[in-house]
Formats: sequence, C-alpha cells, structure tokens
Amino acid sequence: MTGLIIVLVLIAVVVLFVISMYNSLIQLRNRVKNAWSQIDVQLKRRHDLIPNLLETVKGYMKHEREIMENITKYRSQAMDASTVGEKAQAEGLLSGALGQLRVQVENYPDLKANQNFLALQEELTSTENKISFARQSYNDQVLFYNNKIQMFPSNIIAGMFKFLQEEFFQVEDAKEREVPKVSF
Amino acid sequence: MWELIEANRRKSLILFFSLGLTLLLLGYFFGSAYYPDGGGFIGMFFAFVIWGILSLISYFSGSKILLAVSGAKEVTKEVHPQLFNIVEEMKISASLPAMPKVYIINEAAPNAFATGVKPENSAVAVTAGLLARLNRDELQGVVAHEVSHIVNRDVLFMTFAGIMLGSIVLISEVFLRSLWFGGGRYTSKSSKSSGQGQMIIMIVAIVFAILAPILAQLLYFAISRKREYLADASAVRYTRYPEGLASALEKIANSTEELKTANKVTAPMYIANPLKPKGQKLSNLTSTHPPISERVRILRSMSGGANYIDYQNAFNKIKKSNLPIIPSSGLADQTTIGLKEASITPVTLGLNKQTKRDTGDIMMKVNNYSFIDCSCGLKIKIPPDFQKTELFCPRCGRKHNLNS
Repeated sequence: MTGLIIVLVLIAVVVLFVISMYNSLIQLRNRVKNAWSQIDVQLKRRHDLIPNLLETVKGYMKHEREIMENITKYRSQAMDASTVGEKAQAEGLLSGALGQLRVQVENYPDLKANQNFLALQEELTSTENKISFARQSYNDQVLFYNNKIQMFPSNIIAGMFKFLQEEFFQVEDAKEREVPKVSF
Repeated sequence: MWELIEANRRKSLILFFSLGLTLLLLGYFFGSAYYPDGGGFIGMFFAFVIWGILSLISYFSGSKILLAVSGAKEVTKEVHPQLFNIVEEMKISASLPAMPKVYIINEAAPNAFATGVKPENSAVAVTAGLLARLNRDELQGVVAHEVSHIVNRDVLFMTFAGIMLGSIVLISEVFLRSLWFGGGRYTSKSSKSSGQGQMIIMIVAIVFAILAPILAQLLYFAISRKREYLADASAVRYTRYPEGLASALEKIANSTEELKTANKVTAPMYIANPLKPKGQKLSNLTSTHPPISERVRILRSMSGGANYIDYQNAFNKIKKSNLPIIPSSGLADQTTIGLKEASITPVTLGLNKQTKRDTGDIMMKVNNYSFIDCSCGLKIKIPPDFQKTELFCPRCGRKHNLNS
C-alpha cells in the first residue's frame, strides 16, 4: 500500500516537472517569436518610409540616380526575402544604400533645411534605431531559448517535443562596416 | 535579464520587510509606553493601519498624484515626435510589454522621472527645458535611464519604501509631540511594581523615536543611490552609448534653474536630485542620488563594451572599491555588447537664447498652441482660445486662414 503511494507520488512529481519544463520552453519560444515580429514591424515601417523619402529627395538630387535605384532594388529584395538569413542579408544591403544617401545629403543644404525632409529623417533615424534595438532584443531571446534547449535537464524535454534551435539575426561584419556612420 | 529583475525584487522585499519590522516595533514601543498592559499590540495595530492606508493610496493612485503634483501633461506624438520615437526605441530595447505614456512638464529646469508600479502601465515625464537642451543621443540616454527604473521595478520600490519611511517619520513625530502634552499621565496611573520597568520602556521608546527615522532614512538613501547606478548601467546596455547619458547628466548638473514643482517626497524619483543641497560634503550620506560628477566619470571610463560587467568594472575603477552595484546574475552575462558610435547631431551648449525660445515653444505646444510659419520667416503662435478664423502677420501683414 505505502509502496503504491510512493510510486504515485514519484510519478506525480515527474509529471509536474515535465509540465513546468515544457511550459517554460513554450514561453521562451514565444518570446523569440514576439521579438522577431518586433523586427518585422520595424522593417516594414522602413519599407513604407522609403518611397516618401525618395519622393522628397528626388527634386534635389538629380545626379544621384544610381543610389536611388539601388535603394528601390534592395527594398523590393528585402520585402521578398523569407528566411532569417536572407532577410538579414537584404536588409544589410538596404542599410548600406541608405547610408550612402545620407552621405550625399551633406552636399545639399536646401534639402537639409526642408521641413518635410527633417521630419522624414527623424522617422528614418528612429526606425533604424528600432531595428537595431529589436535585433539585439531578438538575439537575447534566442540566446535564452537556445541555452535552455541545450542544457540539462531541459534538453531531454526539448528533444522529446522537438523544440528546434532558432537562428540568430546576424548582419555580416563586413557589410555592417560598409555602412557609413554619418547622420544627416 | 529576468534573473536580474528577480534579484532586484528580492532586495526590495528584504528592505521592505525590515522597514516594516521597524514600523511595527515602533508601534509596539509607543503603545507600551502609554499602556503597559497590552498597549504594545494596540500600537502595532495602529502603525499597521496607518501604513496600510498610505500604501493602498499610493499603489492605486501614486503615479497619478505624482504626475499631478509635478505639473506633468500627457502629450501626443504630434507635440514632440522625437521624444515619442525615443521612448518607443527604449521600449523595444528594454522589451517592455507596453509603451509608457509620455508626459511633458512645464518647467525650464532640465530633469525627468518615471512612474508606474507595473511595467504594463507606466509613464515617462521630462521637462520642456530638458527637451530644448539635449540632442537626440542625450535624450535617449535620459529616457533609457528612466525606462530602466520601470524595468527594474524601482518605481514600485521607491513608492513603498517612501511610504514606509513616511509612516515611520509620522508616527515618531506624533509620539514625540504627544510627550509634550501630558504623555506622562498614564505612567503615573500604572501599578507601583512596574514603575521602573515602565520608565525603561519609556526611555527606549523615546530613543527609538529619535533614531528610527534617521536610520530608516539612511538605509533608504543608500539603496536608492545604488539603484541610480544600476539604472545608469541598464541605460548603457539599452542604448549601447554611455557618452549620451554622461553628457546629458553634465548638462542637467550645469543648469542653474530650479525645478519649482519638486519637493522632498518627489525628489528621489527624478534622474538628478532637483533640490540642490547647499552643504555638498555632508549631503553625500543623506542624498538619494550619487554625485553627478561621479556618475559621469564612471560612464566616461566605459570603453570595453556596454554590458553590465563593463559598468561594474568602470565603477570599481573610479570608486576604487568592490561594492557590488549589479546583482550577480547581471554580471554572469559575459557576452560583449559593442558600443555604438556617435551620431553627429548638432549640440546646443549651455543656455542660450535659442534654448530659451525652444523651451517656450515646447511649453506652448503642450498647452495646445498652434504654430503658423509665415513666409516672411516669422513664426506665429496662436493660443488655443483664439476665436477668429483669419489672422494677419504682425511683421509683413500677410493674411493666414485658420481652419481649426
């Protein structure tokens, strides 16, 4: 009789342990997903801002056609990308092209004083910041999640329920360095 | 990061209970000083009730009261798009569950504070003077510092510790004053045998009444100073740019204006102590904020990275001590977080005509003034109760139609 009770209690403890482990894994995975959607929101916002920016800049910068074509091209590439890796690469190119535009703007004092442009510039700067902060926060969450999956004893439960590792949002170092660190 | 918040919360609880214990002891001694037979428990009960009522009020409407007292007004994005963007950036960076409300205080002195006992329902308030003086990076540093207070649950702690401290001071004051007015009445009535014991309890109660508020205050100040350092460290981690906060703090310290709406109760909530102490040396022990120059020196000496461990190293180097500012869970994260490079934005130094004008403009915007840019270069400011539908520019006489 007592033997049975002990066995039942042990089973109950193990079940509760598995449940709590499983739930914390789910929670961490959801945080990763949430952080990813944050990046997505900001990337989409950047894509929405770009046509307005080009429209405002066009009248002033007649000789920088190539930069603007590049921005348009990379924007559509970035919008079509689906995996984390592809997205990171396309967005990196887009950041680079926008950076070149920033450098060029220095040569147009009228443009720099344009109210409309100033407002757009603030929005774009802020969106760039939000993207990089969201990326950091996404990577933090991925780190927590991946750690949990790899560490004992949660790795057993992760294996049982097929929790897969998530990919970090990495911008290749070379590309990152290409972006000129100049503000408008 | 979650562990860091937990550690901070645990510390708050310890402080919270030790202050609570002091409060109950205080009640017990005062009670027994009056009624030797069982009066101690009546005293405890009263102390508990006073504390309970004050806590309930502050928990449910503390932020509202604080914001109202400081004259802060909630604003929409149109009033100051940059401030809004920066608050949102910090919300993302700190993974806050909801966007804090944004308030602007109608004051020329640069300062800021955060409220909200829960991160889901928080607010960041900055003065108009701060907005006019700081560039984007500096403002980001200040907002990050305030958001860290929300994330680290400092606001909750400050509110409750403040209330507890207030109750201790209040009860001690009431007791000491009542002694002047026939406090001894009950002692003379007490039975002869316990006369001497009664006397001792009375003396203990008086000593306690004098010491408890001072000790509680010192404890409160020490912990609140530590929290300022921790918030600076978190701000650096969120922005990855220590120089922004450093130069913002410098500008705040250099301003000569006084914050009119701040008082002793609200002072610990601000990023820099709004009440300027006269005797600088003595105030180190009794100040809720570490000296700004020291905070700036620590921030400036961070060169390795933006993680917590980098701040702790910088702190040890400057203070030449090994006082742990960051809970160990924060230090456990050894990943390097690179520092951001400066974005080149124009910096307005000191208080010139332009900052004064900008401050005024921001205040007017907060108060629903509308602005019209006349083509002659004049900026016309229209008060919200302006009735006419058209207006002539006072400089060039051009006619402007007002559609609202």
